[in-house]
Amino acid sequence: MKSTILKIIFLNLLLISSLFASSFETDIDKLQTNSLKKKTQVVKELYEKYSEDERLNPLFRNMVSGDLYYKENNKTFVIITKKEGKNYHTTQLLDPSKMEVINKRDLDKVKTNNKLRSIIKGLLAEMNLFSKKYEIRLKSAKNILDNVSKDDEKLLNKALNLETNSKIKEVLLEAKTILDAKYKDGFEQIKAVTALGEYISSQSLATLKQIEASSDNEELKKVAAKSISSVESSRSFYSVIETAFFGLSQGSVLLLAAIGLAITFGVMKVINMAHGEMMMIGAYTTYTLQQIMPNLIEYSIFIAIPAAFIVSGIVGIIIERLVIRHLYGRPLETLLATFGISLILQQLVRTIYSPLNQEVKTPSWMSGAWEINSALSLTYNRLYIIIFALLVFIAILAVLNKTSLGLKVRAVTQNRQMAQAMGIKTSWIDAMTFGIGSGIAGIAGVALSQLTNVGPNLGQAYIVDSFMVVVFGGVGNLWGTLIGAVTLGEINKFIEPVAGAVLAKVIILIFIILFIQKRPRGLFPQKGRDAQD
Amino acid sequence: MENTRKPIILKILENDRGGKIVLSILFAVVLYVSIANLFFPPDSALYVSTYTVTLLGKYLAFALLALALDLVWGYIGILSLGHGAFFALGGYAFAMYLMRQIGDRGVYGNPELPDFMVFMNLKELPWFWYGFDNPFFALFMVALVPALLAFVFGYLAFRSRVTGVYLSIITQALTYALMLAFFRNDMGFGGNNGLTDFKDVLGFDLQADSTRIGLLIISFFALFVGYLICRFIINSRLGRVCVAIRDAESRTRFIGYRVEQYKLFIFVVSAILAGVAGALYVPQVGIINPNVFSPLFSIELVIWVAIGGRGTLYGAIVGAFVVNYASTYFTSALPEVWLYALGGLFVVVTLFLPKGIVGLISKIKLSKQKGEVNHAAA
Repeated sequence: MKSTILKIIFLNLLLISSLFASSFETDIDKLQTNSLKKKTQVVKELYEKYSEDERLNPLFRNMVSGDLYYKENNKTFVIITKKEGKNYHTTQLLDPSKMEVINKRDLDKVKTNNKLRSIIKGLLAEMNLFSKKYEIRLKSAKNILDNVSKDDEKLLNKALNLETNSKIKEVLLEAKTILDAKYKDGFEQIKAVTALGEYISSQSLATLKQIEASSDNEELKKVAAKSISSVESSRSFYSVIETAFFGLSQGSVLLLAAIGLAITFGVMKVINMAHGEMMMIGAYTTYTLQQIMPNLIEYSIFIAIPAAFIVSGIVGIIIERLVIRHLYGRPLETLLATFGISLILQQLVRTIYSPLNQEVKTPSWMSGAWEINSALSLTYNRLYIIIFALLVFIAILAVLNKTSLGLKVRAVTQNRQMAQAMGIKTSWIDAMTFGIGSGIAGIAGVALSQLTNVGPNLGQAYIVDSFMVVVFGGVGNLWGTLIGAVTLGEINKFIEPVAGAVLAKVIILIFIILFIQKRPRGLFPQKGRDAQD
Repeated sequence: MENTRKPIILKILENDRGGKIVLSILFAVVLYVSIANLFFPPDSALYVSTYTVTLLGKYLAFALLALALDLVWGYIGILSLGHGAFFALGGYAFAMYLMRQIGDRGVYGNPELPDFMVFMNLKELPWFWYGFDNPFFALFMVALVPALLAFVFGYLAFRSRVTGVYLSIITQALTYALMLAFFRNDMGFGGNNGLTDFKDVLGFDLQADSTRIGLLIISFFALFVGYLICRFIINSRLGRVCVAIRDAESRTRFIGYRVEQYKLFIFVVSAILAGVAGALYVPQVGIINPNVFSPLFSIELVIWVAIGGRGTLYGAIVGAFVVNYASTYFTSALPEVWLYALGGLFVVVTLFLPKGIVGLISKIKLSKQKGEVNHAAA
C-alpha cells in the first residue's frame, strides 16, 4: 500500500513539474529514471509534445537499439557509436559534433524492456508515416506492410486520409486490405480477399494462403484460392521478367568479353588465348585508378574506361608485334603461344599486386536497385552494364562500317591479297585490329570489376564462355556475336534455378557441342569466298 | 610366343633410331632405379629414394599420355585440348577400384561405403560404383570409359567436320565441363577432394617399396607397349592415310577416303592410351581430383609434346620428361618463376623450335654431316 501511494504522489509531482519546465532539452532528462512505468509515461508525453521536433527521432531510435546512455556526472545524453573494451566512443545526443571517449563506469544506460520498445517503435512508425519527407513516408509505409498487425488499423486509416502521394497510398491501401481480409467478416472480408488478388507482394500472398488454410467458410476459401492463383501468376510473370533481365545482363557481359575476340578471330583468324588476360588488365587498371584517386570513386570509372582501353590495347599491340605476327597462318601454334602469354601475364599480376583478389569499389550511383514494384527490382549495376554493352557494340559497328579504318579492316577480312594489292598496309591493319580487340577486352574488364572481385584468374573464367559465344554466333559476324551472347546468357539464367549453376554450364556446353553438329559454322556463317578455309 | 613376338618388335622399331635410343635409355634408368632402391642400403651413395621411384613412375605415366596426344596431334592433325579428360577418366576408374579395396579401414570404418559417401550421408553404393570391387572390371572400364567418351564426342565432332581451332576449343570445353561436373559433390566421385587414401592394390601394400618398384616396371612396360602400338599404326597403310589427312584433309577426302572414320579410330585409340596412363598415375601419386580435368593441365601436356617434337612419338616422351622434371625442380626451388618459365616455353617453342628438342638435335646433326642422315622425324 505504502509504495503505491508513494508512486502516485511521485507521478503527480512529475506531471506538475512537466507543466513548469517545458523545453525539449529539459523534458528528456526525465528519462533518467529506473522506473519503466515512468519512462513509458515520459515517452508518450514527449511524443505528444515534440512529434514535429527532429531531435525526437534519433532519441527514440537509439532507445530502441539500446545505444542511449547518459553521463553520471552531468546527466548529458550520449549515443554510443563504438565499443572498445571498457572505453565507449560517444557523441552527444543534442549536439552530434561533440565526440568523446568515456569509460563504461561513468555512463548509465537508459534501460528499456520489450513492452516499452514496442511502444516506441509504434510511435516512431507513426512519426515517420506523417513525416514531411517522401522517402521516409514511403519507407515507413513499406515497413508497416512488412508486418502489419491489428494495432496499426487506426494509424492506417488516418494516414490514408492524409496521404496525397499515390504510390504511398497504394502501399497503405494494400496493408489495409490485408487487415480487412484478416479481421473483417462476411461480405467485407470477401471483398477484401478479392481485392488482394490484385496485389503482388509476398505479404498479400501469405495472408491469402493463411485465410485459405484456416477459414471454414467455403465461399471465402473459393475466393481466396482464386486470388492466390491471380497473385501467383502475376508474381511468376515478374519473376520471369527478372530472370530474363539477369540473363540479359549476363549476356551483356558475355558480349563485352566476346566482341573483341570476334574481331581478332574474325579478321585475323587468330585465336587469342590471352584475351581473358586483356580483360584482367582492364579490371586491374580500374583497381589501380581507384587506388591512385581514392577521393574520386564516383567518377574514376569514367577515367577507367578509356584508360583500360588504352592500356589493354597497347599490351595487345605489343603482343601482336612481338609474337603473333610471326605465326600468321599457323592457328594452332598461335593458340599455344598466346596461352603462354596468358600464363606470363597472370603471373606478372600476381607478382605486382598479389595473388589475392582485390575489391573494386562500386560508385554509389551504380549500387542499389530500381524497384519497379514489390515483386520486381532491377539492380542498377546490371542495368548500366546492359546499356554499356549496347553502347560499345554500336560504337564498334560504327567504327567498322563508317570509318576508313573499318573499311580497311573489312577489306583485309574479305581478301587479304587483294587488299594488299590495293595498297592497304595489311600488317598495320592487323596490329590495329588486334589493338582494338584487346582494348575492348579491357573495357569488358572495367565492367566486370563492378560485378565481381578482381583477381589474377578473372580472365580465365570467361575465356571458354566467350569462345563458345563466338563459335555459336558464327565467326566474323558481329550480329551473330550479339545474338549468341544474349541467347547463351538467357539460356544459362533460365536453366540455373532448375539445375544449379554448375550443371547449367555443363548443359550449355553440351548444347553447343550438339548445336555445331547442325551448324558447324555457327548461327550466322560467312558466305561466299571468305567462307573458305 | 617369344619367338614370334621378337621379330615383330624389331620390325616395328625398324628405321626408328630415336625411339630405340629413348626407350633403351628409359629401360636402363628404370632397371637401375629398381635395383638401387631395393638392394642398396639407404646410406649408400648409389641408393635411390622411394620418392624418386614414385616420381619416375609419374613421369612414365605422363610420357604415355604425351604419346597418346602425339598420335592424334602429330599424325592426324587433331589438336586436342581435352586429353586430360581421358587421362582423368581412366584415373578415376582405377581409383574407384582402389577405393573399394580400402574396405573397412577408412576413417569411418564402414565396410560398404568409402569415407566420402558416409560423410555425405549416402545409405548405399551408387549404381555406377557396382563392379569396381573387381580389378579386371576396373581395368576394363579404364579403357572403356575414355574410349566411349572419345567415340561419342569424336563421332559428333568429326561427322560435322569440325576442324582446326574450332575442334581445339570444343575439346577444351569438354574437359572444362567435366571438371565442373566432377567438382560437384552430388556426382558421387568425392567432389573437390577427389579419391584418395588408397591402401593397397591387388593385395599389395601401396606404401611398400616393392609395390612401388612393381608399379614403376609396369608403367615402363605400358609405355613400351603403347609406343609399339603407336609405331605399328604409323608404319601401317592406315598411318600413311592419317598423315595424308593431317597434311591435306580435303584432298584425302576427295580421293575417296572416309576421313571421319580414320580420325575416329585414331582418336579412340589415343583416348584408351590416355586412360591407361591415368590408371598408372593414380596408384603412384595416391590421389586423383577434378583438377586433372582442368583445361590448364590439358594444354600443358600439349606443350610437353610440342617441346619434345611433334609427330615423332619418342619426342613426346622426351618432352614429357623434360618439362615435368623442370616443373618438379622449379616448383620446389623457385615457385614464382615456374609459371613465367612455362609461359615462356609456350612462346619460345612455337616461335623458335617448331620441331621441338628432337628437331633441334637432328638439325644440328644435319648441319654437321650434310644431308646423309636418315632421320625419322616425319
